[in-house]
Amino acid sequence: MLSIRGLWKQFGDQLVLRGIDLDMPSGKTTAIIGRSGCGKTVLLKHCIGLLKPDRGSIYVDEQEISRLRKKELNVARRRFGMLFQSAALFDSLNVFDNVAFPLREKTTLREEEIRRRTRERLRQVDLEEMAHKYPAELSGGMKKRVGLARALVMDPAIILFDEPTTGLDPLMEHAIHRLIRDTQRQFGFTAVVVSHSIPQIFDIAHQVALMYDGQIVAQGTPEELRASAHPVVQQFLGATIEGPLVLDN
Amino acid sequence: MGGAPVPPAVPASLGDREMSQPRSPVAWVGASAMRGTQFMGRMVLFLGVGLGWIFLPPAKLRRSIQQVYDIGVQSLFVVFITAAFTGMVLGLQGYYTLSKFGSETLLGSAVALSLIRELGPVLTALMVTGRAGSSMAAEIGIMRISEQIDALDTMAIDPMKFLVAPRLAGSIVAVPLLTAFFDVVGIYGGYIIGVKLLGVNPGAYFGEMRSSVEMVDIIGGLIKSLCFGCIIAWVCCYMGYFAERGAAGVSRATTTAVVLSSALIFMWDYLLTSVLL
Repeated sequence: MLSIRGLWKQFGDQLVLRGIDLDMPSGKTTAIIGRSGCGKTVLLKHCIGLLKPDRGSIYVDEQEISRLRKKELNVARRRFGMLFQSAALFDSLNVFDNVAFPLREKTTLREEEIRRRTRERLRQVDLEEMAHKYPAELSGGMKKRVGLARALVMDPAIILFDEPTTGLDPLMEHAIHRLIRDTQRQFGFTAVVVSHSIPQIFDIAHQVALMYDGQIVAQGTPEELRASAHPVVQQFLGATIEGPLVLDN
Repeated sequence: MGGAPVPPAVPASLGDREMSQPRSPVAWVGASAMRGTQFMGRMVLFLGVGLGWIFLPPAKLRRSIQQVYDIGVQSLFVVFITAAFTGMVLGLQGYYTLSKFGSETLLGSAVALSLIRELGPVLTALMVTGRAGSSMAAEIGIMRISEQIDALDTMAIDPMKFLVAPRLAGSIVAVPLLTAFFDVVGIYGGYIIGVKLLGVNPGAYFGEMRSSVEMVDIIGGLIKSLCFGCIIAWVCCYMGYFAERGAAGVSRATTTAVVLSSALIFMWDYLLTSVLL
Protein backbone atom coordinates (compact mmCIF):
# COMPACT_ATOMS: atom_id res chain seq x y z
CA MET A 1 0.00 0.00 0.00
CA LEU A 2 1.29 3.45 -0.97
CA SER A 3 -0.16 6.04 1.39
CA ILE A 4 0.04 9.80 1.46
CA ARG A 5 -0.80 11.67 4.64
CA GLY A 6 -1.30 15.42 4.98
CA LEU A 7 1.08 16.36 2.16
CA TRP A 8 1.85 20.05 1.68
CA LYS A 9 4.21 21.58 -0.84
CA GLN A 10 4.92 25.15 -1.77
CA PHE A 11 7.27 26.57 -4.45
CA GLY A 12 8.09 30.22 -3.80
CA ASP A 13 4.75 31.84 -3.05
CA GLN A 14 2.79 29.20 -4.96
CA LEU A 15 1.08 26.61 -2.81
CA VAL A 16 0.87 23.47 -4.96
CA LEU A 17 -0.26 20.72 -2.57
CA ARG A 18 -2.63 21.53 0.28
CA GLY A 19 -2.87 18.60 2.61
CA ILE A 20 -3.20 15.58 0.30
CA ASP A 21 -4.45 12.32 1.84
CA LEU A 22 -4.58 9.33 -0.47
CA ASP A 23 -4.24 5.54 -0.23
CA MET A 24 -3.17 3.58 -3.28
CA PRO A 25 -3.83 -0.14 -2.67
CA SER A 26 -1.25 -2.78 -3.56
CA GLY A 27 -1.70 -4.62 -6.82
CA LYS A 28 -4.27 -2.12 -8.07
CA THR A 29 -4.25 0.78 -10.49
CA THR A 30 -4.95 4.22 -9.06
CA ALA A 31 -5.53 7.05 -11.50
CA ILE A 32 -4.98 10.65 -10.45
CA ILE A 33 -6.83 13.06 -12.69
CA GLY A 34 -7.21 16.80 -12.70
CA ARG A 35 -6.54 19.96 -14.66
CA SER A 36 -3.08 20.81 -15.96
CA GLY A 37 -1.03 22.52 -13.29
CA CYS A 38 -3.13 21.26 -10.38
CA GLY A 39 -0.13 19.45 -8.83
CA LYS A 40 -0.51 15.86 -10.10
CA THR A 41 3.08 15.49 -11.27
CA VAL A 42 4.37 17.18 -8.11
CA LEU A 43 2.40 14.61 -6.10
CA LEU A 44 3.85 11.76 -8.16
CA LYS A 45 7.41 13.05 -7.71
CA HIS A 46 6.88 13.08 -3.95
CA CYS A 47 5.91 9.41 -4.08
CA ILE A 48 9.36 8.42 -5.37
CA GLY A 49 11.33 10.98 -3.37
CA LEU A 50 12.24 13.33 -6.21
CA LEU A 51 10.68 16.12 -4.13
CA LYS A 52 10.61 16.49 -0.37
CA PRO A 53 7.36 17.54 1.28
CA ASP A 54 7.16 20.72 3.32
CA ARG A 55 4.81 18.86 5.63
CA GLY A 56 3.19 15.43 5.61
CA SER A 57 4.36 11.88 4.99
CA ILE A 58 4.47 9.16 2.35
CA TYR A 59 4.41 5.54 3.39
CA VAL A 60 5.20 2.39 1.43
CA ASP A 61 3.89 -0.59 3.38
CA GLU A 62 4.24 1.22 6.72
CA GLN A 63 7.74 2.53 5.89
CA GLU A 64 7.86 6.31 5.76
CA ILE A 65 9.94 7.20 2.71
CA SER A 66 9.56 10.97 2.75
CA ARG A 67 12.09 11.44 5.56
CA LEU A 68 14.68 8.88 4.47
CA ARG A 69 18.30 9.78 3.91
CA LYS A 70 19.64 9.48 0.38
CA LYS A 71 21.16 6.03 0.87
CA GLU A 72 18.03 4.57 2.46
CA LEU A 73 15.85 6.28 -0.12
CA ASN A 74 17.85 4.63 -2.90
CA VAL A 75 17.15 1.24 -1.32
CA ALA A 76 13.43 2.08 -1.15
CA ARG A 77 13.49 3.26 -4.78
CA ARG A 78 14.46 -0.23 -5.94
CA ARG A 79 10.81 -1.13 -5.41
CA PHE A 80 9.73 1.61 -7.83
CA GLY A 81 9.66 2.12 -11.56
CA MET A 82 8.63 5.31 -13.27
CA LEU A 83 7.46 6.23 -16.73
CA PHE A 84 8.02 9.94 -17.28
CA GLN A 85 5.83 12.26 -19.30
CA SER A 86 8.69 12.75 -21.78
CA ALA A 87 9.74 9.07 -21.39
CA ALA A 88 13.15 10.45 -20.24
CA LEU A 89 15.12 7.98 -22.37
CA PHE A 90 18.87 8.46 -22.43
CA ASP A 91 19.44 9.92 -25.87
CA SER A 92 23.03 8.68 -26.08
CA LEU A 93 21.88 5.04 -25.73
CA ASN A 94 19.88 2.96 -28.17
CA VAL A 95 16.58 1.33 -27.24
CA PHE A 96 18.15 -1.93 -26.09
CA ASP A 97 20.75 -0.21 -23.92
CA ASN A 98 18.12 2.11 -22.45
CA VAL A 99 16.06 -0.86 -21.28
CA ALA A 100 19.10 -2.81 -20.13
CA PHE A 101 20.51 0.23 -18.32
CA PRO A 102 19.04 -0.39 -14.82
CA LEU A 103 20.08 -4.05 -14.95
CA ARG A 104 23.64 -3.15 -15.91
CA GLU A 105 23.94 -0.41 -13.32
CA LYS A 106 22.08 -1.91 -10.37
CA THR A 107 22.54 -5.67 -10.62
CA THR A 108 25.40 -8.14 -10.90
CA LEU A 109 23.65 -10.24 -13.53
CA ARG A 110 25.70 -11.72 -16.32
CA GLU A 111 25.44 -10.03 -19.70
CA GLU A 112 23.56 -13.00 -21.26
CA GLU A 113 20.90 -12.80 -18.55
CA ILE A 114 20.64 -9.02 -18.97
CA ARG A 115 20.16 -9.50 -22.71
CA ARG A 116 17.53 -12.16 -22.17
CA ARG A 117 15.50 -10.02 -19.75
CA THR A 118 15.82 -6.94 -21.93
CA ARG A 119 14.66 -8.80 -25.04
CA GLU A 120 11.74 -10.20 -23.07
CA ARG A 121 10.60 -6.73 -21.94
CA LEU A 122 11.02 -5.33 -25.45
CA ARG A 123 8.91 -8.19 -26.78
CA GLN A 124 6.19 -7.37 -24.24
CA VAL A 125 5.96 -3.81 -25.53
CA ASP A 126 6.26 -5.05 -29.12
CA LEU A 127 9.50 -3.20 -29.86
CA GLU A 128 12.00 -5.99 -30.41
CA GLU A 129 12.62 -4.80 -33.95
CA MET A 130 13.51 -1.32 -32.73
CA ALA A 131 16.26 -2.42 -30.33
CA HIS A 132 19.05 -0.80 -32.32
CA LYS A 133 17.27 2.55 -32.84
CA TYR A 134 18.06 5.69 -30.86
CA PRO A 135 15.35 7.68 -29.03
CA ALA A 136 15.54 10.49 -31.59
CA GLU A 137 14.45 7.99 -34.28
CA LEU A 138 11.32 6.90 -32.40
CA SER A 139 7.76 8.22 -32.42
CA GLY A 140 6.16 9.52 -29.21
CA GLY A 141 4.25 6.27 -28.68
CA MET A 142 7.37 4.16 -29.18
CA LYS A 143 9.29 6.26 -26.66
CA LYS A 144 6.55 5.68 -24.08
CA ARG A 145 6.67 1.94 -24.73
CA VAL A 146 10.45 1.88 -24.34
CA GLY A 147 10.01 3.88 -21.13
CA LEU A 148 7.51 1.31 -19.93
CA ALA A 149 9.87 -1.57 -20.80
CA ARG A 150 12.63 0.19 -18.84
CA ALA A 151 10.30 0.75 -15.89
CA LEU A 152 9.32 -2.95 -15.95
CA VAL A 153 12.77 -4.45 -16.37
CA MET A 154 13.64 -4.45 -12.66
CA ASP A 155 10.27 -6.07 -11.79
CA PRO A 156 9.23 -3.23 -9.45
CA ALA A 157 6.38 -3.50 -6.97
CA ILE A 158 5.14 0.01 -7.76
CA ILE A 159 5.16 1.81 -11.11
CA LEU A 160 4.37 5.50 -11.43
CA PHE A 161 3.07 6.73 -14.78
CA ASP A 162 3.27 10.47 -15.41
CA GLU A 163 0.79 11.30 -18.18
CA PRO A 164 1.68 8.25 -20.26
CA THR A 165 -0.56 9.19 -23.18
CA THR A 166 -0.03 12.95 -23.44
CA GLY A 167 0.68 14.00 -27.00
CA LEU A 168 -0.31 10.69 -28.56
CA ASP A 169 -2.96 10.04 -31.18
CA PRO A 170 -6.17 8.27 -30.00
CA LEU A 171 -5.09 4.87 -31.37
CA MET A 172 -1.74 5.01 -29.63
CA GLU A 173 -3.43 6.35 -26.51
CA HIS A 174 -5.67 3.29 -26.48
CA ALA A 175 -2.70 0.99 -27.14
CA ILE A 176 -0.69 2.46 -24.23
CA HIS A 177 -3.66 2.18 -21.88
CA ARG A 178 -4.17 -1.44 -22.87
CA LEU A 179 -0.46 -2.11 -22.38
CA ILE A 180 -0.57 -0.60 -18.88
CA ARG A 181 -3.66 -2.64 -18.02
CA ASP A 182 -2.25 -5.89 -19.41
CA THR A 183 1.17 -5.53 -17.81
CA GLN A 184 -0.41 -4.56 -14.49
CA ARG A 185 -2.54 -7.69 -14.60
CA GLN A 186 0.38 -9.85 -15.67
CA PHE A 187 2.91 -8.61 -13.10
CA GLY A 188 0.52 -7.46 -10.38
CA PHE A 189 2.39 -4.25 -9.56
CA THR A 190 0.79 -1.23 -7.91
CA ALA A 191 0.19 1.33 -10.64
CA VAL A 192 -0.28 5.04 -10.09
CA VAL A 193 -1.29 6.80 -13.29
CA VAL A 194 -1.46 10.57 -13.63
CA SER A 195 -3.62 11.26 -16.64
CA HIS A 196 -5.85 13.65 -18.55
CA SER A 197 -7.38 10.88 -20.62
CA ILE A 198 -11.04 11.00 -19.67
CA PRO A 199 -12.90 8.65 -19.90
CA GLN A 200 -10.29 6.15 -21.21
CA ILE A 201 -8.42 6.08 -17.91
CA PHE A 202 -11.58 4.80 -16.21
CA ASP A 203 -11.22 1.53 -18.17
CA ILE A 204 -7.86 0.66 -16.59
CA ALA A 205 -8.18 2.17 -13.08
CA HIS A 206 -9.47 0.38 -10.01
CA GLN A 207 -9.56 3.68 -8.15
CA VAL A 208 -9.67 7.28 -9.36
CA ALA A 209 -8.77 10.43 -7.42
CA LEU A 210 -9.59 13.90 -8.70
CA MET A 211 -7.21 16.71 -7.77
CA TYR A 212 -8.29 20.31 -7.72
CA ASP A 213 -6.39 23.27 -6.38
CA GLY A 214 -3.82 21.14 -4.59
CA GLN A 215 -6.34 18.85 -2.88
CA ILE A 216 -8.02 15.54 -3.56
CA VAL A 217 -11.65 16.62 -3.89
CA ALA A 218 -13.04 13.18 -4.72
CA GLN A 219 -11.85 9.60 -4.83
CA GLY A 220 -13.39 6.20 -5.33
CA THR A 221 -13.99 3.58 -7.97
CA PRO A 222 -14.63 4.84 -11.50
CA GLU A 223 -18.34 4.17 -11.02
CA GLU A 224 -18.41 6.11 -7.76
CA LEU A 225 -16.67 9.04 -9.35
CA ARG A 226 -19.03 9.05 -12.32
CA ALA A 227 -21.95 9.10 -9.89
CA SER A 228 -20.48 11.88 -7.74
CA ALA A 229 -22.51 15.05 -7.34
CA HIS A 230 -19.43 17.13 -6.48
CA PRO A 231 -19.55 20.17 -8.77
CA VAL A 232 -15.83 19.94 -9.65
CA VAL A 233 -16.20 16.26 -10.57
CA GLN A 234 -19.29 16.98 -12.62
CA GLN A 235 -17.63 19.85 -14.49
CA PHE A 236 -14.33 18.00 -15.06
CA LEU A 237 -15.88 14.76 -16.28
CA GLY A 238 -18.50 16.62 -18.30
CA ALA A 239 -15.87 18.99 -19.74
CA THR A 240 -18.20 21.95 -19.37
CA ILE A 241 -17.18 25.59 -19.20
CA GLU A 242 -19.57 26.60 -16.41
CA GLY A 243 -18.61 25.55 -12.90
CA PRO A 244 -16.05 26.03 -10.16
CA LEU A 245 -13.13 25.25 -12.50
CA VAL A 246 -11.98 28.52 -14.06
CA LEU A 247 -10.30 28.31 -17.46
CA ASP A 248 -7.80 31.11 -16.92
CA ASN A 249 -6.66 29.66 -13.60
CA MET B 1 -16.04 7.96 -1.83
CA GLY B 2 -14.29 10.73 0.02
CA GLY B 3 -13.00 14.24 -0.20
CA ALA B 4 -10.38 16.29 1.59
CA PRO B 5 -11.42 18.78 4.24
CA VAL B 6 -10.86 22.46 3.68
CA PRO B 7 -7.18 23.03 4.49
CA PRO B 8 -6.10 25.35 7.26
CA ALA B 9 -4.36 28.61 6.50
CA VAL B 10 -0.87 28.14 5.07
CA PRO B 11 1.68 27.92 7.87
CA ALA B 12 4.21 30.74 7.73
CA SER B 13 7.12 28.28 7.83
CA LEU B 14 6.04 26.33 4.77
CA GLY B 15 8.05 26.03 1.60
CA ASP B 16 11.06 27.53 -0.13
CA ARG B 17 9.64 31.00 0.10
CA GLU B 18 11.43 33.52 -2.09
CA MET B 19 12.78 36.55 -0.39
CA SER B 20 10.28 39.36 -0.38
CA GLN B 21 11.05 42.39 -2.51
CA PRO B 22 13.71 44.50 -0.81
CA ARG B 23 12.38 47.84 0.24
CA SER B 24 15.62 49.77 0.58
CA PRO B 25 19.11 49.78 -0.98
CA VAL B 26 20.49 48.26 2.22
CA ALA B 27 17.96 45.43 2.07
CA TRP B 28 18.78 44.93 -1.62
CA VAL B 29 22.52 44.67 -0.84
CA GLY B 30 21.74 42.27 1.99
CA ALA B 31 19.52 40.07 -0.19
CA SER B 32 22.13 40.03 -2.97
CA ALA B 33 24.85 39.08 -0.50
CA MET B 34 22.65 36.26 0.84
CA ARG B 35 21.97 34.95 -2.66
CA GLY B 36 25.67 35.17 -3.57
CA THR B 37 26.68 33.33 -0.41
CA GLN B 38 24.09 30.61 -0.99
CA PHE B 39 25.23 30.22 -4.60
CA MET B 40 28.88 29.88 -3.60
CA GLY B 41 27.98 27.48 -0.81
CA ARG B 42 26.03 25.28 -3.21
CA MET B 43 28.90 25.32 -5.70
CA VAL B 44 31.47 24.33 -3.09
CA LEU B 45 29.23 21.51 -1.82
CA PHE B 46 28.71 20.36 -5.41
CA LEU B 47 32.48 20.21 -5.95
CA GLY B 48 33.03 18.38 -2.67
CA VAL B 49 30.42 15.73 -3.47
CA GLY B 50 31.68 15.36 -7.06
CA LEU B 51 35.31 14.93 -5.99
CA GLY B 52 34.26 12.55 -3.22
CA TRP B 53 32.42 10.31 -5.68
CA ILE B 54 35.59 9.94 -7.80
CA PHE B 55 37.20 7.97 -5.00
CA LEU B 56 34.18 6.18 -3.56
CA PRO B 57 33.29 2.71 -4.89
CA PRO B 58 32.00 1.45 -7.21
CA ALA B 59 34.64 2.93 -9.49
CA LYS B 60 33.43 4.30 -12.82
CA LEU B 61 36.75 3.89 -14.59
CA ARG B 62 35.30 3.26 -18.04
CA ARG B 63 33.19 6.41 -17.89
CA SER B 64 36.17 8.46 -16.70
CA ILE B 65 38.33 7.13 -19.55
CA GLN B 66 35.55 7.99 -21.98
CA GLN B 67 35.61 11.54 -20.59
CA VAL B 68 39.39 11.74 -21.01
CA TYR B 69 38.75 10.89 -24.66
CA ASP B 70 35.87 13.36 -25.06
CA ILE B 71 37.64 16.21 -23.31
CA GLY B 72 41.23 15.42 -24.27
CA VAL B 73 41.46 13.62 -27.59
CA GLN B 74 38.55 15.52 -29.12
CA SER B 75 40.22 18.82 -28.20
CA LEU B 76 43.61 17.94 -29.72
CA PHE B 77 43.03 19.70 -33.04
CA VAL B 78 41.84 22.99 -31.60
CA VAL B 79 44.64 22.95 -29.02
CA PHE B 80 47.17 22.20 -31.77
CA ILE B 81 46.05 25.17 -33.86
CA THR B 82 46.00 27.53 -30.87
CA ALA B 83 49.37 26.32 -29.63
CA ALA B 84 51.07 26.52 -33.04
CA PHE B 85 49.98 30.10 -33.66
CA THR B 86 50.63 31.18 -30.09
CA GLY B 87 54.19 29.82 -30.36
CA MET B 88 54.65 31.52 -33.72
CA VAL B 89 53.44 34.88 -32.38
CA LEU B 90 55.70 34.50 -29.36
CA GLY B 91 58.56 33.77 -31.77
CA LEU B 92 57.89 36.95 -33.72
CA GLN B 93 57.26 39.21 -30.75
CA GLY B 94 60.09 37.69 -28.73
CA TYR B 95 62.58 38.12 -31.59
CA TYR B 96 61.47 41.73 -32.12
CA THR B 97 61.91 42.59 -28.45
CA LEU B 98 65.11 40.62 -27.82
CA SER B 99 66.80 41.92 -30.95
CA LYS B 100 66.61 45.41 -29.45
CA PHE B 101 69.02 44.21 -26.77
CA GLY B 102 71.02 41.92 -29.03
CA SER B 103 69.75 38.87 -27.14
CA GLU B 104 68.04 36.89 -29.93
CA THR B 105 69.68 33.71 -28.68
CA LEU B 106 67.41 33.88 -25.61
CA LEU B 107 64.35 33.43 -27.83
CA GLY B 108 64.00 29.73 -26.94
CA SER B 109 64.00 30.55 -23.22
CA ALA B 110 61.47 33.34 -23.64
CA VAL B 111 59.09 31.21 -25.70
CA ALA B 112 59.39 28.15 -23.46
CA LEU B 113 59.04 30.00 -20.15
CA SER B 114 56.06 32.02 -21.39
CA LEU B 115 54.34 28.87 -22.57
CA ILE B 116 55.16 26.52 -19.71
CA ARG B 117 54.53 28.95 -16.86
CA GLU B 118 51.61 30.90 -18.17
CA LEU B 119 50.21 30.70 -21.67
CA GLY B 120 50.10 26.93 -22.02
CA PRO B 121 47.89 26.23 -18.98
CA VAL B 122 45.68 29.31 -19.44
CA LEU B 123 45.08 29.09 -23.18
CA THR B 124 44.58 25.32 -23.08
CA ALA B 125 42.03 25.74 -20.30
CA LEU B 126 40.20 28.45 -22.23
CA MET B 127 40.07 26.32 -25.38
CA VAL B 128 38.84 23.29 -23.43
CA THR B 129 36.22 25.47 -21.76
CA GLY B 130 34.97 26.64 -25.14
CA ARG B 131 34.95 23.21 -26.72
CA ALA B 132 34.35 20.60 -24.04
CA GLY B 133 33.04 22.70 -21.14
CA SER B 134 30.21 24.22 -23.14
CA SER B 135 29.22 20.80 -24.45
CA MET B 136 29.34 19.41 -20.89
CA ALA B 137 27.00 22.14 -19.61
CA ALA B 138 24.63 21.75 -22.56
CA GLU B 139 24.53 17.95 -22.37
CA ILE B 140 23.83 17.85 -18.64
CA GLY B 141 21.39 20.75 -19.00
CA ILE B 142 19.41 18.88 -21.65
CA MET B 143 19.44 15.80 -19.43
CA ARG B 144 18.02 17.95 -16.64
CA ILE B 145 15.19 19.51 -18.65
CA SER B 146 14.26 16.23 -20.37
CA GLU B 147 13.97 14.49 -16.96
CA GLN B 148 16.87 12.12 -17.68
CA ILE B 149 18.54 13.15 -14.41
CA ASP B 150 15.27 12.50 -12.57
CA ALA B 151 15.15 9.11 -14.29
CA LEU B 152 18.61 8.28 -12.92
CA ASP B 153 17.40 9.24 -9.45
CA THR B 154 14.33 7.01 -9.72
CA MET B 155 16.61 4.09 -10.66
CA ALA B 156 18.58 4.72 -7.46
CA ILE B 157 21.59 5.82 -9.53
CA ASP B 158 23.27 8.89 -8.09
CA PRO B 159 23.60 11.46 -10.90
CA MET B 160 26.61 13.00 -9.16
CA LYS B 161 28.39 9.65 -9.34
CA PHE B 162 27.16 8.84 -12.81
CA LEU B 163 27.48 12.21 -14.57
CA VAL B 164 29.63 14.62 -12.58
CA ALA B 165 32.41 12.51 -11.02
CA PRO B 166 33.60 10.97 -14.36
CA ARG B 167 33.68 14.43 -15.96
CA LEU B 168 35.66 15.88 -13.07
CA ALA B 169 38.12 12.97 -13.20
CA GLY B 170 38.35 13.13 -17.00
CA SER B 171 38.96 16.86 -17.03
CA ILE B 172 41.55 16.73 -14.24
CA VAL B 173 43.49 14.13 -16.25
CA ALA B 174 42.94 15.53 -19.75
CA VAL B 175 43.71 19.22 -19.23
CA PRO B 176 47.30 18.71 -17.94
CA LEU B 177 47.97 16.32 -20.83
CA LEU B 178 46.60 18.84 -23.30
CA THR B 179 48.69 21.55 -21.67
CA ALA B 180 51.85 19.49 -22.14
CA PHE B 181 50.86 19.00 -25.78
CA PHE B 182 50.21 22.75 -26.11
CA ASP B 183 53.65 23.56 -24.65
CA VAL B 184 55.49 21.24 -27.06
CA VAL B 185 53.59 22.44 -30.13
CA GLY B 186 54.02 26.07 -29.07
CA ILE B 187 57.77 25.65 -28.58
CA TYR B 188 58.06 24.20 -32.10
CA GLY B 189 55.85 27.04 -33.42
CA GLY B 190 58.35 29.52 -31.96
CA TYR B 191 61.19 27.42 -33.39
CA ILE B 192 59.78 27.58 -36.93
CA ILE B 193 59.50 31.37 -36.80
CA GLY B 194 62.65 32.10 -34.80
CA VAL B 195 65.03 29.57 -36.36
CA LYS B 196 63.64 28.84 -39.82
CA LEU B 197 62.29 32.27 -40.67
CA LEU B 198 64.35 34.76 -38.68
CA GLY B 199 67.65 32.90 -38.54
CA VAL B 200 68.18 32.29 -34.82
CA ASN B 201 70.75 29.58 -34.20
CA PRO B 202 68.91 26.29 -33.57
CA GLY B 203 71.46 25.15 -30.98
CA ALA B 204 71.06 28.41 -29.08
CA TYR B 205 67.24 28.15 -29.25
CA PHE B 206 67.11 24.77 -27.52
CA GLY B 207 70.32 25.18 -25.49
CA GLU B 208 69.16 28.37 -23.78
CA MET B 209 65.77 26.78 -23.23
CA ARG B 210 67.34 23.79 -21.45
CA SER B 211 69.42 25.98 -19.19
CA SER B 212 66.61 28.36 -18.20
CA VAL B 213 63.59 26.09 -17.83
CA GLU B 214 63.63 24.41 -14.44
CA MET B 215 61.53 21.64 -12.98
CA VAL B 216 59.76 24.14 -10.76
CA ASP B 217 58.44 25.91 -13.87
CA ILE B 218 57.06 22.66 -15.24
CA ILE B 219 55.51 21.68 -11.91
CA GLY B 220 53.96 25.14 -11.57
CA GLY B 221 52.36 24.81 -15.01
CA LEU B 222 51.17 21.32 -14.12
CA ILE B 223 49.56 22.50 -10.87
CA LYS B 224 47.82 25.29 -12.74
CA SER B 225 46.47 22.96 -15.41
CA LEU B 226 45.22 20.47 -12.79
CA CYS B 227 43.31 23.27 -11.06
CA PHE B 228 41.95 24.58 -14.35
CA GLY B 229 40.78 21.10 -15.34
CA CYS B 230 38.89 20.89 -12.08
CA ILE B 231 37.38 24.37 -12.49
CA ILE B 232 36.13 23.63 -16.01
CA ALA B 233 34.30 20.42 -15.11
CA TRP B 234 33.07 21.80 -11.79
CA VAL B 235 31.52 25.00 -13.15
CA CYS B 236 30.20 23.50 -16.39
CA CYS B 237 28.64 20.47 -14.67
CA TYR B 238 27.11 22.68 -11.98
CA MET B 239 25.53 25.05 -14.47
CA GLY B 240 24.14 22.20 -16.55
CA TYR B 241 22.95 20.30 -13.49
CA PHE B 242 20.89 23.24 -12.28
CA ALA B 243 19.75 24.45 -15.72
CA GLU B 244 16.28 25.93 -15.78
CA ARG B 245 13.44 24.67 -17.92
CA GLY B 246 13.38 25.07 -21.67
CA ALA B 247 15.90 25.77 -24.42
CA ALA B 248 16.50 29.26 -23.01
CA GLY B 249 17.44 27.72 -19.66
CA VAL B 250 20.04 25.42 -21.24
CA SER B 251 21.36 28.25 -23.39
CA ARG B 252 21.72 30.50 -20.33
CA ALA B 253 23.40 27.70 -18.37
CA THR B 254 25.90 27.07 -21.19
CA THR B 255 26.78 30.73 -21.60
CA THR B 256 27.15 31.24 -17.84
CA ALA B 257 29.29 28.11 -17.60
CA VAL B 258 31.75 29.34 -20.23
CA VAL B 259 31.92 32.90 -18.89
CA LEU B 260 32.23 31.88 -15.23
CA SER B 261 34.80 29.16 -15.98
CA SER B 262 36.92 31.58 -18.00
CA ALA B 263 36.73 34.26 -15.30
CA LEU B 264 37.62 31.74 -12.59
CA ILE B 265 40.54 30.46 -14.66
CA PHE B 266 42.02 33.98 -14.87
CA MET B 267 41.38 34.67 -11.18
CA TRP B 268 42.84 31.33 -10.09
CA ASP B 269 45.78 31.87 -12.44
CA TYR B 270 46.68 35.12 -10.71
CA LEU B 271 46.26 33.55 -7.29
CA LEU B 272 48.42 30.54 -8.13
CA THR B 273 51.07 32.64 -9.87
CA SER B 274 51.38 34.88 -6.82
CA VAL B 275 51.75 31.79 -4.61
CA LEU B 276 54.12 29.87 -6.88
CA LEU B 277 56.47 32.75 -7.72
